[in-house]
Amino acid sequence: MSDVSQPRNSYLDAPYGLASWLLTKDHKRIAMLYLISITIFFAIGGLFAAGIRLELLTPQGDLWTSDLYNKLFTLHGVVMIFFFLVPSIPATLGNFLMPIMIGAKDLAFPRINLISWYLYIIGATVTLAAVFTGGLDTGWTFYTPYSSVSSQTAVTTAAIGVFITGFSSILTGLNFIVTTHRMRAPGMTWFRLPLFVWSNYATSLVMILGTPVIAITVLLVAAERALGLGFFDPARGGDPVLFQHLFWFYSHPAVYIMILPGMGVISELVAAMARKQVFGYSFVAFSSLAIAILGFLVWGHHLFVSSQSIYAGLVFSIITMLVAIPSAVKTFNWTATLYRGSISWQSPTWWVVGFMGLFTIGGLTGVFLGTLGLNIHLTDTYFVVAHFHYIMVGGAIMAYMGGLHFWWPKMTGRMFSDAGSKTSAVLVFVGFNLTFFPQFVLGFMGMPRRYHAYPDEWQVLNVLSSCGAGVLALGYALPLVYLTYSLFRGAAAPANPWGAKGLEWTIPSPPTTYNFEAEVRVDEPAYNYKSTREVHVG
Amino acid sequence: MKLPFPLLPPNASTVATEVDILYWFITAISAFFVVLVAALVVIFTIKYRRRHEDEVGADIHGSLVAELTWTFIPLVLSLLMFFWGADLAFRLARPPVDAMEIFVVGKQWMWKIQHPDGTREINQMHVPAGRNIRLTMGSEDVIHDYSIPAFRVKMDVVPGKLTTLWFNATTPGTYHLFCAEYCGTNHSGMIGEVIVMEPQAYEAWLSGATGGPAVPPAQAGEQLFAANACATCHSGQPGAIGPNLGGLAGAAVTLTDGRTVVADDNYLRESIMVPLAKVVAGYQPVMPPFQGLLSEEQVMQLLAYIKSLKPAGPAAH
Repeated sequence: MSDVSQPRNSYLDAPYGLASWLLTKDHKRIAMLYLISITIFFAIGGLFAAGIRLELLTPQGDLWTSDLYNKLFTLHGVVMIFFFLVPSIPATLGNFLMPIMIGAKDLAFPRINLISWYLYIIGATVTLAAVFTGGLDTGWTFYTPYSSVSSQTAVTTAAIGVFITGFSSILTGLNFIVTTHRMRAPGMTWFRLPLFVWSNYATSLVMILGTPVIAITVLLVAAERALGLGFFDPARGGDPVLFQHLFWFYSHPAVYIMILPGMGVISELVAAMARKQVFGYSFVAFSSLAIAILGFLVWGHHLFVSSQSIYAGLVFSIITMLVAIPSAVKTFNWTATLYRGSISWQSPTWWVVGFMGLFTIGGLTGVFLGTLGLNIHLTDTYFVVAHFHYIMVGGAIMAYMGGLHFWWPKMTGRMFSDAGSKTSAVLVFVGFNLTFFPQFVLGFMGMPRRYHAYPDEWQVLNVLSSCGAGVLALGYALPLVYLTYSLFRGAAAPANPWGAKGLEWTIPSPPTTYNFEAEVRVDEPAYNYKSTREVHVG
Repeated sequence: MKLPFPLLPPNASTVATEVDILYWFITAISAFFVVLVAALVVIFTIKYRRRHEDEVGADIHGSLVAELTWTFIPLVLSLLMFFWGADLAFRLARPPVDAMEIFVVGKQWMWKIQHPDGTREINQMHVPAGRNIRLTMGSEDVIHDYSIPAFRVKMDVVPGKLTTLWFNATTPGTYHLFCAEYCGTNHSGMIGEVIVMEPQAYEAWLSGATGGPAVPPAQAGEQLFAANACATCHSGQPGAIGPNLGGLAGAAVTLTDGRTVVADDNYLRESIMVPLAKVVAGYQPVMPPFQGLLSEEQVMQLLAYIKSLKPAGPAAH
């Protein structure tokens, strides 16, 4: 392991002062701004979740009023999806790493990168204003005509907040695409790109193609509500199911916005922790693109019981089956990468192992829901709730946490408590399964989503779920403690604490403002472990 | 050993077992792959753990055979599930022709049920066991969803159109009825019971159910037809202003723009509520809209009346 002394002028220190952060064009500082912002929103979204799980400890619906409960699950979804999950990996780890991984000094459009953070903050502020001026009770799905006609809450304000935030996502996607095309260092060919870059590239395609549709759709809801125009309300000549088509045209691909970057993180972590070339590199890379493309063609599987034509349902069902294949291919390739690797038992591996278990369950339960005849019984129940939490929390957030720990020394220049990280990974894994596995059982029994009160016989499973949520919360709170501690007291990180390959590990921790002091030239494929080490496994 | 709380839903319809078999089939396949992946990850992580600091993994780049294997096997399995599920879905979507029709209207936050003899109930639905039953459902306000987990069926109830759901209950008993599409404040209170009875018990229940005399929907529709002076134009006479409604239900209709549509429930409903959307060829677009003037329940009654008309028209009825 090479030992590089702390640089005198890391991006964190030069220059100093609040203004230098708020006006920065450095992708690494913008990544840190995002990191702080999304952590705050993760905590807020978590508080809403705590409100939900506390209420569901008892069947009667006795802790909050129905209206408050409806606002809690709505805001939990809105905050977690639009203000935490969608920006999570791309805007923090992606922002920080994309330029470094391809040997560039910054993203293609540093100013646009800063604007995207400000748009995120403005959108989030407007949405929070909705929380304090009547709340929001439409569910994060904003289904019409409830949202456009019936709801008494601040739907228009929230819709505008989501609309603004959408542009933040579009600009990030645009920046990543142009950066990947134009900013690669000499020798960094497409097939030498780290898989994290591939998956963020695929994600960016979804962001710029899908996000405008959700932006327009929520604007139409706001227009129907505020101006009385008839788009979705049948009383005014509209079609409520049209909304669902438009909404899911973005919101299903949005699932891939959330999970694809996580898959990229896992590819990096598997390779680094096993010190081995990713098995089937090109299959893993192209499966990201396949997911991004097929992901646009499956939105109708959210509409199987909506009165959509059954023939449309057939098409959406079969494409849903097809989109499961590239995810399966990735999972098998990661598993195969571990074969005859040199697997470190340091904490990033623990997050990866957790991800593999949870993501596999999440993906397979998606097949249940894609199966037409079975979907009818399972849709709109807790089975769906459990399924997408396995993907988004068990998959995307596990990967995010793993990536955050893995690159933390690079980002901050400090080592963290490995034991703390392992404890957190175990707490999250156990707490997560305890929270969400009982929900599969509840869903198969027919417990509908978004229920403030429920039949008595389902209390035991709901109590288990709520207890699990407590453990999960502990698992997420713990890193706040030891990572914050590491910022001030952590040991100085060497340039390459994991002994990993990749351009980011060739520069100091934390990097200097322009990342690379000398011109970068790449002459080897990604994860080329055989070139540097002497000892090989068996 | 019996647990003090359930882990499985009751099974009380003809399709429930079919749905369950598919569910457990996919569960078995999924369990196999979860165990396989988890076991390999754990075994590899232990067996190939790093033994000294400078060690790297074996120089393996991939294998086309492996990639094709783990593309092809999931593909075949998922296509099997697709065809199985699609076949089941078609049977769930198509009500048998002999089904008895019950009307369901959802509104924030209650379910209104009307039986063929006109008997009404709220948040309860009594049905006979062993009989095909088709629900024709409409919403007065936002989207709801009529969900009966014990029967493994559910369907959205959408404002602006009529949707259908069918089942054949097998086992007498009382089962949960839920609204499964979020509909506002009291969504989780929009629940009720489906009470499956032996056929004789159902008939007995019908005859003693309500206080006043029940008016069958078609008869109520006839009264509405008269009260709204529909026969002024839809007289069934040659040269009438509106088309003859006798024998219309289920027939093919040619529109002024040349299209041909089938006069199903949703066509008839639309032609009452928003008549100018699809005007029959040879007629003037003069009918006033009844949107906002008729409730969904009244529309269903009018439909029942129109379906009861012989081809000669209202006059001959």
